[in-house]
Amino acid sequence: MGILELIIVSLIKIIVIAVVMLLTVSYLVYFERKIAAWAQNRIGPNRVGPAGIFQPFADVLKLLLKEDIVPTAANKQMHTLAPMIALFVAFSTFAVLPVGPSFTAFGKVFSFVVADVNIGILYVLALTSVGVYAITFSGWSSGSKYSLLGGIRSSAQMISYEISMGFSVAGVILLAESLRPIAIVNAQSGWMWNIILQPIGFITFLVSAFAETNRLPFDLPEAEPELVGGYHTEYSSMKFAAFFLSEYANMIISSALIVTLYLGGWQIPYLELLNLSAGWVVILQVGAFIFKLVFIMFFFIWVRWSIPRFRYDQLMNIGWKVMFPLSLLNLLWVAILAMIL
Amino acid sequence: MITLQIILFSVFAIIAVVTSILVVTRKNPIISALFLVLNFAALAGIYLLLNAQFIAVVQVIVYAGAIMVLFLFVIMLLRPEHEKNFFEENPKMKWLALIVGVVVFFQLIYTIFFGKLSSSIHQNAEKSVEIGTIESIGRGLFTTYLIPFEAAGFLLLAAAIGALVLAKKHFD
Repeated sequence: MGILELIIVSLIKIIVIAVVMLLTVSYLVYFERKIAAWAQNRIGPNRVGPAGIFQPFADVLKLLLKEDIVPTAANKQMHTLAPMIALFVAFSTFAVLPVGPSFTAFGKVFSFVVADVNIGILYVLALTSVGVYAITFSGWSSGSKYSLLGGIRSSAQMISYEISMGFSVAGVILLAESLRPIAIVNAQSGWMWNIILQPIGFITFLVSAFAETNRLPFDLPEAEPELVGGYHTEYSSMKFAAFFLSEYANMIISSALIVTLYLGGWQIPYLELLNLSAGWVVILQVGAFIFKLVFIMFFFIWVRWSIPRFRYDQLMNIGWKVMFPLSLLNLLWVAILAMIL
Repeated sequence: MITLQIILFSVFAIIAVVTSILVVTRKNPIISALFLVLNFAALAGIYLLLNAQFIAVVQVIVYAGAIMVLFLFVIMLLRPEHEKNFFEENPKMKWLALIVGVVVFFQLIYTIFFGKLSSSIHQNAEKSVEIGTIESIGRGLFTTYLIPFEAAGFLLLAAAIGALVLAKKHFD
């Protein structure tokens, strides 16, 4: 493949992913509100369009038209930069996550991933660690006590849970013997999904993913009753929307990561027994990935409206005294498993 | 012949140079820290061009992701912008800093323009493609360099425990 062709194909993939992610994010917000209403025995948004399906566009328009307020005590450049970092991290992580298997059409091999790099999982971890800056800077630059407290809380939380997340991922890498997301998915063929082989690792990763995305029950950075709005207290208009967007985009990425690492990615067990043509197999497998992704995203929302918020010391205790040892234990188990298999 | 590699190298190199100048000239230490992070990112890009993917990602994870966040915490919580200028309190230090700076600068000039390349550098150029990958680094760490690697691990563990003991005065 020539360099020009590579650039064009990659650009098309990037545009498709960006558009699909933006649409998914807006409808994720809609479904979050609908499911919340359902959990609390309400109706939820039902005014804009049939059953309120145009609500996300109305929300975005409202945020666009609002006045952008920057506090006098704020550091202007940093205040603007922080939501940009948040968005950059949220959107660029998806580049290495494969949606489906590679397939051959018109004599060329296409793959459902923007960049198939052999350090893929480390790339995701690197971007997650850069994501801390968005929240730290937004907390510091707002010039408000609530923001600073939220920012500091959030950074401490993300750094603490990054450790157990990293150790859980190490277990997956040990079994797949590769850092390439595609190789990790291929290693989970049939029923050899990592959720079955290493259930403890799955649980530690899931809990860390909740903490990393600042979702309830770990949404202490923006705990409304204590911190007004946490790190985004002083944000308004599109800058607030950028944080909101990146939070939901992070949720999609965490779900995709869980599916790729633990739920076998696009794999469907016993699909090869049906003797389907290659085209159908690809379509079914991409469908399987999307189905798993939607289920995990529903799980995120379901947990949010079922479990109350943890206290800050409880959060830290769980992170350091429960999740960290458990992820180490999982690593030991995987090391034994790798010797048997 | 201008290749893609040269264009990318120039972009990353210019970013690295400009940000490193900005790091030392900014008054606000938080802005300096931000430019240092950008500098690390540009360096990671240069590592990628050298086929050292693992080093590039570790550069971002360890330096940009972990160490600089801790630096930022210290800067934010101590608020050094309200403190007196270091050089105003120690006027003699300015001259010492100048001397050290000039010595380091000429050292760099000497190595870049007058240093001799190792004679084996051209033979190993093709092999360098394999060296940067995570497989070869892992193999090296667990075979040839096993003892130094484990020793470094023990030192880091000891340092972590030491920090814990220093920070916590009473154990319950």
